Amino acid sequence: MILYGFGPLLWAGAKETLALAVLSLAVSVLLGLAGASAKLSRHAPLRAVATAYTTLIRSVPDLVLMLLLFYSIQIAINNVTDAFGWSQFDIDPFTAGVLTLGFIYGAYFTETFRGAFLAVPRGQLEAGSAYGMSGMRVFGRILFPQMMRFALPGIGNNWQVLVKATALVSIIGLADVVKAAQDAGKSTFNMFFFILIAALIYLAITSASNLVLMALERRYSIGVRHAEL
Amino acid sequence: MIQIFAEWWRPFLYSDGMRASGLVVTLWLLAASIALGFCAAVPLACARVSRNRWLSTPVRLYTYVFRGTPLYVQLLLLYTGMYSLEFVRTQSLLEAFFKSGFNCAILAFALNTCAYTTEIFAGAIRGIAHGEVEAARAYGMSTFTMYRRIILPSALRRALPLYSNEVILMLHATTVAFTATVPDILKVARDANSATYQSFESFGIAALLYVAISFALVAAFRRAERRWLAYLRPAGAVRAVRH
Repeated sequence: MILYGFGPLLWAGAKETLALAVLSLAVSVLLGLAGASAKLSRHAPLRAVATAYTTLIRSVPDLVLMLLLFYSIQIAINNVTDAFGWSQFDIDPFTAGVLTLGFIYGAYFTETFRGAFLAVPRGQLEAGSAYGMSGMRVFGRILFPQMMRFALPGIGNNWQVLVKATALVSIIGLADVVKAAQDAGKSTFNMFFFILIAALIYLAITSASNLVLMALERRYSIGVRHAEL
Repeated sequence: MIQIFAEWWRPFLYSDGMRASGLVVTLWLLAASIALGFCAAVPLACARVSRNRWLSTPVRLYTYVFRGTPLYVQLLLLYTGMYSLEFVRTQSLLEAFFKSGFNCAILAFALNTCAYTTEIFAGAIRGIAHGEVEAARAYGMSTFTMYRRIILPSALRRALPLYSNEVILMLHATTVAFTATVPDILKVARDANSATYQSFESFGIAALLYVAISFALVAAFRRAERRWLAYLRPAGAVRAVRH
């Protein structure tokens, strides 16, 4: 067989990578929405916390943060369990990976969403309240659909960076596609070939997401007239 | 944290006793890959915007592949992958080159940043005002002269904001170098971590060093933009800026 019987291992690795990327995306989008709301809030302490979060996280390399958080989360949990006299609780690498990646990319999504929130004309939100809509309804019917239009290019960018950042989790011991390729390469003495396969898998993921993003962009720009040059 | 820094400041900043390490190595990695990437990206960007398909398609393919795969995988391919190939190990020149993690790291980083930089510059070249190109043609400039005198000076300036972003992302990307046994800041932090088991402190020092470099780069690029993009500011604002 062409993959020397390592096909299932690589497939499992690819699935792990995708699951990690999608779950971290969910965490970081939630954090990003919260962060953007905090940055635009009327309360100064909230704004300060959100600004510190985005500035610090975005100026430290993601790999450094990953190692820092990955080891520190476990130590922090140990400290808590020790203090309360509970039994040791080991956080599994997958959850730790999702939380760290989500926490890091949440900072990037905060900036994306902040810009997008600001791009929606205020008058429309006021008009929504004037019609008697509740805050949630204004968000769901007016702010969110239009914000997505402005946020999509940024979201797409962040997603592509996030997918590529998942390659780093093999360094903290997760069995992702890179780890699978390294293991397969080690046992068949064909490292080059298997890493090339891993690279192709990533290329396939990024190409597929490009197509999805283009479709989404069409969906959310319905009703926008583009200048014809 | 202060305790660990007091004990480990020398490897963190410049030397682990036998060879250069830490900050110096990270800065050297960054400078070398950025310089190589820049030099290759300028001609590649001109090829990328060319109307000749035979010139633009290969460049497009190159940037697509290198921007679509993680840098870590590219580094693995060049470092572990290349060395596992039979013909690389038997040819003495290739063997000598790919044996060193340092060479592989710089090669991988330069190829990677060159792909992103090419797209940034190509975008800036496409954004040139068409009147400038027409004026250059009307003066009888050849394509080469036009690129040298008109298009590139303007495009490289306008690319500065995006380019500064790429340089900072590249600084962050150099952290994978330790997987190729290059003793950069993160490698020292890992050594400190395994020697002291104080993870937060060890990686915290590394994080602070990276923050400091990032801020210094941001400040430097802000100065560069003030100087080279002065002509794009609104007319009243120019005099207000002190030089």
